[in-house]
Amino acid sequence: MGMFDFLLAKKQTASVAKDRLRIIVAHEHAGRGGPDYLPMLQRELLEVIRKYVNVDAESVKVDLIGDGENKVLDISVALPDRSAAQTT
Amino acid sequence: MAEIIVVTSGKGGVGKTTTSASIACGLARRGHKVAVIDFDVGLRNLDLVMGCERRVVYDFVNVVNGEASLRQSLIKDKRFDNLHVLAASQTRDKDALTTEGVQKVLEDLAADGFDYIVCDSPAGIEKGAYLAMYFADQAVVVVNPEVSSVRDSDRILGLLASKTRRAERGERVKEHLLLTRYAPKRVETGEMLSVGDVEEILGLKTIGVIPESGDVLNASNKGEPVILETESDAAQAYDDAVARLLGDTRPMRFTTVEKKGFFSKLFGV
Repeated sequence: MGMFDFLLAKKQTASVAKDRLRIIVAHEHAGRGGPDYLPMLQRELLEVIRKYVNVDAESVKVDLIGDGENKVLDISVALPDRSAAQTT
Repeated sequence: MAEIIVVTSGKGGVGKTTTSASIACGLARRGHKVAVIDFDVGLRNLDLVMGCERRVVYDFVNVVNGEASLRQSLIKDKRFDNLHVLAASQTRDKDALTTEGVQKVLEDLAADGFDYIVCDSPAGIEKGAYLAMYFADQAVVVVNPEVSSVRDSDRILGLLASKTRRAERGERVKEHLLLTRYAPKRVETGEMLSVGDVEEILGLKTIGVIPESGDVLNASNKGEPVILETESDAAQAYDDAVARLLGDTRPMRFTTVEKKGFFSKLFGV
Protein backbone atom coordinates (compact mmCIF):
# COMPACT_ATOMS: atom_id res chain seq x y z
CA MET A 1 0.00 0.00 0.00
CA GLY A 2 1.56 3.25 -1.12
CA MET A 3 0.89 6.49 0.66
CA PHE A 4 -0.59 8.02 -2.50
CA ASP A 5 -3.07 5.22 -3.10
CA PHE A 6 -5.90 7.53 -2.21
CA LEU A 7 -5.17 9.46 -5.39
CA LEU A 8 -6.01 6.45 -7.53
CA ALA A 9 -9.67 6.08 -8.40
CA LYS A 10 -11.38 3.29 -6.51
CA LYS A 11 -12.55 0.45 -8.68
CA GLN A 12 -16.06 1.12 -9.92
CA THR A 13 -17.61 -2.18 -8.85
CA ALA A 14 -21.20 -0.95 -9.21
CA SER A 15 -20.92 -0.85 -13.00
CA VAL A 16 -19.58 -4.42 -12.98
CA ALA A 17 -22.56 -5.46 -10.86
CA LYS A 18 -24.96 -3.73 -13.23
CA ASP A 19 -23.53 -5.41 -16.32
CA ARG A 20 -23.59 -8.86 -14.70
CA LEU A 21 -27.17 -8.38 -13.51
CA ARG A 22 -28.34 -7.15 -16.91
CA ILE A 23 -27.03 -10.32 -18.55
CA ILE A 24 -28.30 -12.81 -15.98
CA VAL A 25 -31.74 -11.18 -15.72
CA ALA A 26 -32.14 -11.21 -19.52
CA HIS A 27 -31.07 -14.85 -19.58
CA GLU A 28 -33.54 -15.81 -16.85
CA HIS A 29 -36.37 -13.93 -18.57
CA ALA A 30 -35.81 -15.95 -21.72
CA GLY A 31 -36.68 -19.12 -19.83
CA ARG A 32 -39.56 -17.55 -17.90
CA GLY A 33 -43.24 -17.98 -18.61
CA GLY A 34 -42.93 -21.41 -20.17
CA PRO A 35 -44.07 -24.53 -18.33
CA ASP A 36 -41.65 -26.05 -15.82
CA TYR A 37 -41.02 -29.14 -17.96
CA LEU A 38 -39.54 -27.16 -20.86
CA PRO A 39 -35.85 -27.23 -19.83
CA MET A 40 -36.04 -30.96 -19.01
CA LEU A 41 -37.77 -31.69 -22.33
CA GLN A 42 -35.04 -29.77 -24.12
CA ARG A 43 -32.30 -31.78 -22.37
CA GLU A 44 -33.89 -35.14 -23.09
CA LEU A 45 -34.58 -34.27 -26.71
CA LEU A 46 -30.96 -33.28 -27.10
CA GLU A 47 -29.83 -36.64 -25.72
CA VAL A 48 -32.06 -38.56 -28.14
CA ILE A 49 -30.95 -36.52 -31.15
CA ARG A 50 -27.33 -36.97 -30.16
CA LYS A 51 -27.72 -40.74 -30.49
CA TYR A 52 -28.09 -40.21 -34.22
CA VAL A 53 -26.57 -36.86 -35.10
CA ASN A 54 -23.66 -35.03 -33.58
CA VAL A 55 -25.27 -31.74 -32.59
CA ASP A 56 -24.32 -29.29 -29.87
CA ALA A 57 -26.55 -27.99 -27.09
CA GLU A 58 -27.33 -24.68 -28.81
CA SER A 59 -28.76 -26.33 -31.93
CA VAL A 60 -31.88 -27.67 -30.22
CA LYS A 61 -34.48 -25.05 -29.35
CA VAL A 62 -37.75 -25.79 -27.61
CA ASP A 63 -40.32 -22.99 -27.30
CA LEU A 64 -43.95 -22.68 -26.45
CA ILE A 65 -45.49 -20.17 -28.83
CA GLY A 66 -48.93 -18.73 -29.42
CA ASP A 67 -51.13 -16.91 -26.92
CA GLY A 68 -54.56 -17.52 -25.53
CA GLU A 69 -55.95 -21.04 -25.71
CA ASN A 70 -53.89 -22.43 -28.58
CA LYS A 71 -50.29 -23.16 -27.78
CA VAL A 72 -47.81 -24.72 -30.17
CA LEU A 73 -44.72 -26.55 -29.01
CA ASP A 74 -42.06 -25.41 -31.42
CA ILE A 75 -39.00 -27.63 -31.64
CA SER A 76 -36.25 -26.66 -34.01
CA VAL A 77 -33.05 -28.61 -34.53
CA ALA A 78 -30.25 -27.15 -36.58
CA LEU A 79 -28.33 -30.02 -38.14
CA PRO A 80 -24.64 -29.58 -38.78
CA ASP A 81 -23.40 -29.65 -42.41
CA ARG A 82 -22.75 -33.03 -44.00
CA SER A 83 -19.07 -33.44 -43.17
CA ALA A 84 -19.61 -32.81 -39.46
CA ALA A 85 -22.80 -34.86 -39.34
CA GLN A 86 -21.04 -38.23 -39.20
CA THR A 87 -22.11 -40.01 -36.05
CA THR A 88 -19.35 -40.56 -33.57
CA MET B 1 -63.07 -3.40 -0.14
CA ALA B 2 -59.86 -4.16 1.66
CA GLU B 3 -56.66 -3.58 -0.26
CA ILE B 4 -54.21 -6.45 0.20
CA ILE B 5 -50.53 -5.45 0.07
CA VAL B 6 -47.78 -8.08 0.16
CA VAL B 7 -44.29 -7.10 1.29
CA THR B 8 -41.92 -9.55 -0.33
CA SER B 9 -38.35 -9.92 -1.65
CA GLY B 10 -37.20 -13.47 -2.21
CA LYS B 11 -33.95 -12.86 -0.39
CA GLY B 12 -33.88 -12.85 3.40
CA GLY B 13 -32.61 -10.06 5.60
CA VAL B 14 -33.35 -7.19 3.24
CA GLY B 15 -35.95 -5.54 5.49
CA LYS B 16 -39.34 -7.10 4.75
CA THR B 17 -40.52 -7.16 8.35
CA THR B 18 -39.14 -3.68 9.10
CA THR B 19 -40.96 -2.45 5.99
CA SER B 20 -44.22 -4.27 6.79
CA ALA B 21 -44.27 -2.79 10.29
CA SER B 22 -43.53 0.72 9.05
CA ILE B 23 -46.00 0.65 6.17
CA ALA B 24 -48.73 -0.71 8.46
CA CYS B 25 -48.03 2.04 11.03
CA GLY B 26 -47.85 4.70 8.34
CA LEU B 27 -51.24 3.68 6.94
CA ALA B 28 -52.77 3.49 10.43
CA ARG B 29 -51.35 6.90 11.35
CA ARG B 30 -53.27 8.31 8.38
CA GLY B 31 -56.48 6.96 9.88
CA HIS B 32 -56.92 3.76 7.89
CA LYS B 33 -57.97 0.52 9.57
CA VAL B 34 -55.01 -1.80 9.09
CA ALA B 35 -54.15 -5.43 9.81
CA VAL B 36 -50.59 -6.67 9.40
CA ILE B 37 -50.10 -10.43 9.12
CA ASP B 38 -46.89 -12.43 9.64
CA PHE B 39 -46.76 -15.28 7.10
CA ASP B 40 -43.42 -16.61 8.36
CA VAL B 41 -44.75 -19.68 10.18
CA GLY B 42 -42.09 -21.16 12.43
CA LEU B 43 -39.92 -18.03 12.37
CA ARG B 44 -42.19 -15.26 13.55
CA ASN B 45 -40.62 -11.86 14.07
CA LEU B 46 -43.18 -9.24 13.17
CA ASP B 47 -44.46 -9.35 16.78
CA LEU B 48 -40.98 -8.36 18.02
CA VAL B 49 -40.57 -5.53 15.52
CA MET B 50 -44.06 -4.25 16.39
CA GLY B 51 -43.32 -4.61 20.11
CA CYS B 52 -46.25 -6.88 20.94
CA GLU B 53 -44.43 -10.20 21.41
CA ARG B 54 -45.65 -10.67 24.98
CA ARG B 55 -49.28 -10.24 24.01
CA VAL B 56 -49.49 -13.07 21.47
CA VAL B 57 -52.07 -15.58 22.69
CA TYR B 58 -53.47 -17.03 19.47
CA ASP B 59 -51.86 -16.85 16.06
CA PHE B 60 -52.59 -17.06 12.32
CA VAL B 61 -52.50 -20.88 12.26
CA ASN B 62 -54.94 -21.07 15.19
CA VAL B 63 -57.40 -18.95 13.18
CA VAL B 64 -56.91 -21.00 10.00
CA ASN B 65 -57.51 -24.22 11.98
CA GLY B 66 -60.57 -22.80 13.73
CA GLU B 67 -58.93 -23.10 17.17
CA ALA B 68 -59.46 -19.40 17.85
CA SER B 69 -61.58 -16.63 16.37
CA LEU B 70 -60.08 -13.80 14.38
CA ARG B 71 -61.19 -11.36 17.09
CA GLN B 72 -59.32 -13.35 19.77
CA SER B 73 -56.17 -13.53 17.66
CA LEU B 74 -55.81 -9.96 16.44
CA ILE B 75 -53.48 -7.99 18.71
CA LYS B 76 -54.47 -4.35 19.00
CA ASP B 77 -51.50 -2.01 18.69
CA LYS B 78 -50.69 0.10 21.76
CA ARG B 79 -50.04 3.21 19.67
CA PHE B 80 -52.92 3.10 17.16
CA ASP B 81 -56.40 1.75 17.93
CA ASN B 82 -56.99 1.10 14.23
CA LEU B 83 -53.89 -1.11 13.80
CA HIS B 84 -53.93 -4.85 14.47
CA VAL B 85 -51.26 -7.54 14.29
CA LEU B 86 -51.83 -11.20 13.47
CA ALA B 87 -48.76 -13.15 14.57
CA ALA B 88 -47.39 -16.23 12.84
CA SER B 89 -47.29 -19.51 14.69
CA GLN B 90 -43.91 -20.21 16.21
CA THR B 91 -44.37 -23.94 16.79
CA ARG B 92 -46.20 -25.31 13.77
CA ASP B 93 -44.36 -26.44 10.67
CA LYS B 94 -44.44 -24.17 7.65
CA ASP B 95 -47.07 -26.20 5.80
CA ALA B 96 -49.70 -25.38 8.42
CA LEU B 97 -51.29 -22.70 6.22
CA THR B 98 -53.64 -23.54 3.36
CA THR B 99 -54.87 -21.43 0.45
CA GLU B 100 -58.50 -21.81 1.58
CA GLY B 101 -57.60 -20.98 5.17
CA VAL B 102 -55.72 -17.83 4.18
CA GLN B 103 -58.54 -16.77 1.87
CA LYS B 104 -61.08 -17.14 4.67
CA VAL B 105 -59.00 -14.98 7.05
CA LEU B 106 -58.52 -12.26 4.41
CA GLU B 107 -62.24 -12.26 3.55
CA ASP B 108 -63.21 -12.08 7.23
CA LEU B 109 -60.84 -9.13 7.74
CA ALA B 110 -62.37 -7.36 4.74
CA ALA B 111 -65.87 -8.03 6.09
CA ASP B 112 -64.74 -6.62 9.43
CA GLY B 113 -64.07 -3.27 7.76
CA PHE B 114 -60.31 -3.33 7.39
CA ASP B 115 -59.07 -0.92 4.71
CA TYR B 116 -55.60 -2.40 4.30
CA ILE B 117 -54.17 -5.85 4.95
CA VAL B 118 -50.37 -5.93 4.91
CA CYS B 119 -48.92 -9.41 4.37
CA ASP B 120 -45.35 -9.82 5.64
CA SER B 121 -43.89 -12.57 3.44
CA PRO B 122 -41.23 -15.03 4.56
CA ALA B 123 -38.01 -15.18 2.54
CA GLY B 124 -37.72 -17.73 -0.24
CA ILE B 125 -40.24 -18.82 -2.84
CA GLU B 126 -41.87 -21.70 -0.96
CA LYS B 127 -45.41 -22.11 0.28
CA GLY B 128 -45.38 -19.29 2.87
CA ALA B 129 -44.11 -16.76 0.33
CA TYR B 130 -46.55 -18.06 -2.27
CA LEU B 131 -49.53 -17.75 0.09
CA ALA B 132 -48.47 -14.26 1.20
CA MET B 133 -48.55 -13.02 -2.40
CA TYR B 134 -51.38 -15.11 -3.83
CA PHE B 135 -54.30 -12.83 -2.90
CA ALA B 136 -52.40 -9.53 -3.17
CA ASP B 137 -53.69 -6.47 -5.01
CA GLN B 138 -50.38 -4.66 -4.63
CA ALA B 139 -46.84 -5.79 -3.95
CA VAL B 140 -43.97 -3.94 -2.34
CA VAL B 141 -40.78 -5.68 -3.43
CA VAL B 142 -38.03 -4.84 -0.95
CA VAL B 143 -34.61 -4.78 -2.55
CA ASN B 144 -31.07 -3.94 -1.40
CA PRO B 145 -28.74 -2.37 -3.97
CA GLU B 146 -26.73 -5.56 -4.17
CA VAL B 147 -26.51 -8.32 -6.82
CA SER B 148 -28.18 -11.26 -5.07
CA SER B 149 -31.07 -9.16 -3.78
CA VAL B 150 -31.72 -7.62 -7.21
CA ARG B 151 -31.69 -11.00 -8.93
CA ASP B 152 -34.06 -12.51 -6.34
CA SER B 153 -36.39 -9.54 -6.71
CA ASP B 154 -36.54 -10.16 -10.43
CA ARG B 155 -37.54 -13.75 -9.71
CA ILE B 156 -40.24 -12.58 -7.29
CA LEU B 157 -41.58 -10.14 -9.91
CA GLY B 158 -41.87 -13.09 -12.28
CA LEU B 159 -43.89 -15.03 -9.70
CA LEU B 160 -46.14 -12.02 -8.98
CA ALA B 161 -46.94 -11.93 -12.70
CA SER B 162 -47.73 -15.66 -12.93
CA LYS B 163 -48.54 -17.33 -9.60
CA THR B 164 -51.06 -14.96 -8.05
CA ARG B 165 -54.85 -14.91 -8.13
CA ARG B 166 -54.77 -11.71 -10.14
CA ALA B 167 -52.40 -13.28 -12.67
CA GLU B 168 -54.67 -16.31 -12.99
CA ARG B 169 -57.56 -13.97 -13.75
CA GLY B 170 -55.53 -12.18 -16.41
CA GLU B 171 -55.04 -9.11 -14.21
CA ARG B 172 -51.86 -7.67 -12.73
CA VAL B 173 -50.69 -7.20 -9.19
CA LYS B 174 -49.62 -3.56 -8.89
CA GLU B 175 -45.89 -3.80 -8.21
CA HIS B 176 -43.65 -1.31 -6.41
CA LEU B 177 -39.95 -1.36 -5.65
CA LEU B 178 -38.67 -0.25 -2.28
CA LEU B 179 -34.92 0.17 -1.94
CA THR B 180 -33.53 -0.27 1.55
CA ARG B 181 -30.05 0.11 3.08
CA TYR B 182 -29.19 2.70 0.47
CA ALA B 183 -25.84 4.46 0.96
CA PRO B 184 -25.67 7.57 -1.28
CA LYS B 185 -21.99 8.02 -0.50
CA ARG B 186 -21.10 4.57 -1.80
CA VAL B 187 -23.29 5.14 -4.85
CA GLU B 188 -21.41 8.37 -5.56
CA THR B 189 -18.04 6.59 -5.41
CA GLY B 190 -19.28 3.89 -7.77
CA GLU B 191 -19.31 1.11 -5.19
CA MET B 192 -23.06 0.62 -4.99
CA LEU B 193 -25.84 0.25 -7.56
CA SER B 194 -27.87 3.46 -7.83
CA VAL B 195 -31.66 3.80 -7.70
CA GLY B 196 -31.59 4.29 -11.47
CA ASP B 197 -29.50 1.15 -12.00
CA VAL B 198 -31.90 -1.02 -9.99
CA GLU B 199 -34.95 0.52 -11.68
CA GLU B 200 -33.41 -0.11 -15.09
CA ILE B 201 -32.50 -3.75 -14.39
CA LEU B 202 -35.89 -4.60 -12.88
CA GLY B 203 -37.92 -2.40 -15.21
CA LEU B 204 -39.89 -0.88 -12.36
CA LYS B 205 -40.08 2.48 -10.56
CA THR B 206 -39.21 2.80 -6.89
CA ILE B 207 -41.86 3.86 -4.43
CA GLY B 208 -39.29 4.67 -1.80
CA VAL B 209 -35.60 4.70 -0.99
CA ILE B 210 -34.70 4.07 2.64
CA PRO B 211 -31.19 5.21 3.53
CA GLU B 212 -28.88 2.92 5.49
CA SER B 213 -29.41 4.04 9.06
CA GLY B 214 -28.54 2.98 12.57
CA ASP B 215 -32.04 4.09 13.57
CA VAL B 216 -33.50 0.93 12.01
CA LEU B 217 -31.64 -1.31 14.47
CA ASN B 218 -32.34 1.01 17.40
CA ALA B 219 -36.04 0.98 16.56
CA SER B 220 -36.26 -2.80 16.31
CA ASN B 221 -34.32 -3.14 19.58
CA LYS B 222 -37.13 -1.18 21.23
CA GLY B 223 -40.01 -2.82 19.39
CA GLU B 224 -40.96 0.48 17.79
CA PRO B 225 -41.52 0.52 14.00
CA VAL B 226 -38.84 2.87 12.63
CA ILE B 227 -41.41 5.09 10.86
CA LEU B 228 -42.42 6.37 14.31
CA GLU B 229 -38.91 7.75 15.01
CA THR B 230 -39.99 10.93 13.28
CA GLU B 231 -36.61 12.68 13.47
CA SER B 232 -34.89 9.87 11.58
CA ASP B 233 -34.14 9.98 7.83
CA ALA B 234 -35.31 6.36 7.54
CA ALA B 235 -38.65 7.27 9.18
CA GLN B 236 -39.21 10.18 6.83
CA ALA B 237 -38.28 8.05 3.83
CA TYR B 238 -40.80 5.39 4.93
CA ASP B 239 -43.46 8.06 5.42
CA ASP B 240 -42.81 9.31 1.87
CA ALA B 241 -43.15 5.74 0.59
CA VAL B 242 -46.51 5.31 2.35
CA ALA B 243 -47.71 8.63 0.89
CA ARG B 244 -46.71 7.47 -2.61
CA LEU B 245 -48.42 4.12 -2.03
CA LEU B 246 -51.60 6.14 -1.42
CA GLY B 247 -51.11 8.05 -4.66
CA ASP B 248 -49.22 11.18 -3.56
CA THR B 249 -46.30 12.42 -5.59
CA ARG B 250 -43.32 13.40 -3.49
CA PRO B 251 -39.75 14.13 -4.52
CA MET B 252 -37.26 11.42 -3.55
CA ARG B 253 -35.17 12.41 -0.53
CA PHE B 254 -31.98 11.04 1.05
CA THR B 255 -30.65 9.68 -2.25
CA THR B 256 -27.77 12.10 -2.63
CA VAL B 257 -24.82 12.88 -0.40
CA GLU B 258 -25.56 15.73 1.93
CA LYS B 259 -23.10 18.52 1.31
CA LYS B 260 -21.58 19.44 4.62
CA GLY B 261 -20.89 23.08 5.38
CA PHE B 262 -17.50 24.33 6.52
CA PHE B 263 -18.43 24.52 10.18
CA SER B 264 -20.09 21.13 10.39
CA LYS B 265 -16.99 19.65 8.72
CA LEU B 266 -14.80 21.47 11.22
CA PHE B 267 -16.73 20.33 14.27
CA GLY B 268 -17.84 17.01 12.89
CA VAL B 269 -21.53 17.52 13.51
